[in-house]
Amino acid sequence: MENNIQFLKEKVLLNETLSFSKEVEERIKILKHEKTTKPVIFVGASSCGYVAGAQKTIDAINNYILENNISVDVVKVGCIGICALEPIMDVQLPGMTRVSFKKINAENVASVLDGVFNNSIVNECVLGQYRQKNLQAWENVNFIDEVDFFAGQKRIVLELNGIIDPENIEAFIAHGGYRAFIKTIYHYTSNEVCKIIEKSELRGRGGSGFPSGKKWKIAHDNAADQRYLICNANESDPGAFMEKSIIESNPHKLIEGMAIAAYGIAASKAYIYIRADNKLAIERFKKALEQAKAFGLLGENIFDSGFNFEIIIKKGPGAFVCGEETAMLNSIEGKRGMPRYRPPYPTERGLFGKPTIINNVETLCNVPQIILNGPIWFNTIGTKASKGTKVFTLSGKINYNGIIEVEMGKSFEDIIFKIGGDVKDNKQFKAIQLGGPAGTCLVKENINIVVDYEELNSIDAIMGSGSIIVMDEKTCIVDITKFYINFIQHESCGKCIPCREGTQRMLEILEKITKIPKDEASHQTLERFKGVMQLESIAEVIKDTSLCGLGKTAANTFLSSLKWFRDEYEEHIFDRKCKAGVCKELRTFFIDVDKCTGCNACMRKCPENAIIGTIKYPHFIVESKCTGCGICFETCKFSAIFIK
Amino acid sequence: MKSKIDEIIEKQNNTDRSDLLDVLQEIQVIEGYLSEEAIIKTSQYFKLASAKIYGIASFYDHFKFVPQGRFHIKVCNGTACHLANTSNLRKEFEKILKIQHGQCTRDGMFSIEYVPCMGACGISSVISINEEYYSSVKPSDVKDMLENLRNTDDRID
Repeated sequence: MENNIQFLKEKVLLNETLSFSKEVEERIKILKHEKTTKPVIFVGASSCGYVAGAQKTIDAINNYILENNISVDVVKVGCIGICALEPIMDVQLPGMTRVSFKKINAENVASVLDGVFNNSIVNECVLGQYRQKNLQAWENVNFIDEVDFFAGQKRIVLELNGIIDPENIEAFIAHGGYRAFIKTIYHYTSNEVCKIIEKSELRGRGGSGFPSGKKWKIAHDNAADQRYLICNANESDPGAFMEKSIIESNPHKLIEGMAIAAYGIAASKAYIYIRADNKLAIERFKKALEQAKAFGLLGENIFDSGFNFEIIIKKGPGAFVCGEETAMLNSIEGKRGMPRYRPPYPTERGLFGKPTIINNVETLCNVPQIILNGPIWFNTIGTKASKGTKVFTLSGKINYNGIIEVEMGKSFEDIIFKIGGDVKDNKQFKAIQLGGPAGTCLVKENINIVVDYEELNSIDAIMGSGSIIVMDEKTCIVDITKFYINFIQHESCGKCIPCREGTQRMLEILEKITKIPKDEASHQTLERFKGVMQLESIAEVIKDTSLCGLGKTAANTFLSSLKWFRDEYEEHIFDRKCKAGVCKELRTFFIDVDKCTGCNACMRKCPENAIIGTIKYPHFIVESKCTGCGICFETCKFSAIFIK
Repeated sequence: MKSKIDEIIEKQNNTDRSDLLDVLQEIQVIEGYLSEEAIIKTSQYFKLASAKIYGIASFYDHFKFVPQGRFHIKVCNGTACHLANTSNLRKEFEKILKIQHGQCTRDGMFSIEYVPCMGACGISSVISINEEYYSSVKPSDVKDMLENLRNTDDRID
């Protein structure tokens, strides 16, 4: 029998009809792990899994296998998206469907595996079983697509995430990968590819939503001896990690998307600009490149089509502003990552002065499916103006944090309360921050808005990076704004004065209003008040006069939070109180006399000696000494300490 | 004797400026930081002023100009971790080690760095020590954690 590479190349990739002979189909099934002779255990091993302790789970599984002397394949897969329940372990027994288990650590591995191998599944650990044809389903086990988290999603980009081994190109091809690329280079001219993408109305998922096909066409029509494609994977938003997760979980999909895009604009060289922090993603992408090269899917004269293509990895040394396309060009050229003036747009004069297309990871991952299923298929998904799906990172005070992909037109209400499983710890929902530091906040009043570029524009919101941070009643809006302004201030490149100095001023003012002035009589109080009055106008100026996207959106967080939570700002400024009890200097703790047992724990921990009392009798906090550090609050086991 | 920096630079086959950041990154991986020597040598190789090299390197968060501690502690400063009150955690580290972000203790044992989201928001606060992750870390855990690290280090010696 020929080896897997030959088989996949000749029988699968080059067979353009979708009908395979029975023999071929059987072999594909083996590669897909659907038909196995021995049990297969899949472990979610991407960043979120590893942080949650996937390595310990893997070690425990290996131990279990050794101890029980059974023959099992252990396969590392990517992240399926529900990061809150990692480490996730799937088990597939021969002839049975694949079952997924949640929160599997070294302690419960053995009992769960014992259960599976003896045909009695431990139910509290089950996430769900997959729907697989011709395989016997487990009884009394729910299907994974019935779980709320997955039921509301439509997965195109994330289709294979968490299902296949990201370090195995064979599995990807067996699942239909690289077919779109082969179809492209054999049947379409570059012009036709641009047209298909234009017709599909795919819009850039990087934030502003520029039609990708149009962008490609402009670069394609600019005469040049060399064109470049850049994949923007410089995800630095504090709270977004979907690009990292996509690359970690399915790097081949991105490579395929990049290859098609490069063919579409007739570029033979592509760069991927990926943040150097994302070590696992870089490592997996590198491995994937090597495998694709070995398959002949990258390199010179790919599959005898005459198309040459190579991808170069550029590790971004950590600057948020390099996500802005012209700043990224500078960084790749070995300069400081500062934005350039536009025009000329990168599509005319980009990297090294040549026409350049910059697309983000999600956009490129949509491309293979569009080529394979046609633009009409893509047109049927989504809303009138925004087609397809959108991937979001869901985090903050929510039960199921993770990575989700929903069809355009889904309301944020559904995303938070159905897919996300409502706010954590049964707290009240307060707001969501959409799009990270450059984004805006959505509150109860407009949470029913749908995922759609135009709809969001109409309320001055942007899709942005695609991060959704959920805030509950215990989140102080001034504090979170201060956090974002601090981030922007740190990441501002320093080119334009409004952004460089303005964000600094805004941060100073926000810091002042979250503190109590030491001396009411001196000019400090006056300065503070003057600052407060200027805050809004500074924000407007930054927005109007900055050059790049970072500066233009720098004040968004502040302006939108001011719009909805003006009362909370006023409360900080005039009453010097923080309702949520987050701003340290503006809170005082009190002890509930009925609940306090007089255990003395808080008194010993208090750094200011502000707590007095005798053992076994209720204690008291001296208000004037209390700095609001909150150590007593965290120490108390009887929840006797509260904030007023 | 040839230094490691020389080796890295000699490996390059052209002085194209677009390779500059890669060279600096490679030096940092091996040396742990960019020394004066490293900056001067790269500037000679790329035929750029050393001030320019420093200007470029200092623009990016990744490049360090002081050596890192034996235990490099990264504290996640993502939004979800911020909501989970990482500021207390950071203060605790700063208080015990008496150093700030980007600094290293005098005995060369610990250095801290605050990094954006590590992508594990469900189990915040997250920190990593020499690339090993710890989740749900509380300020009260810090003291023991550092003490343990100190002890493990002694055993190696």
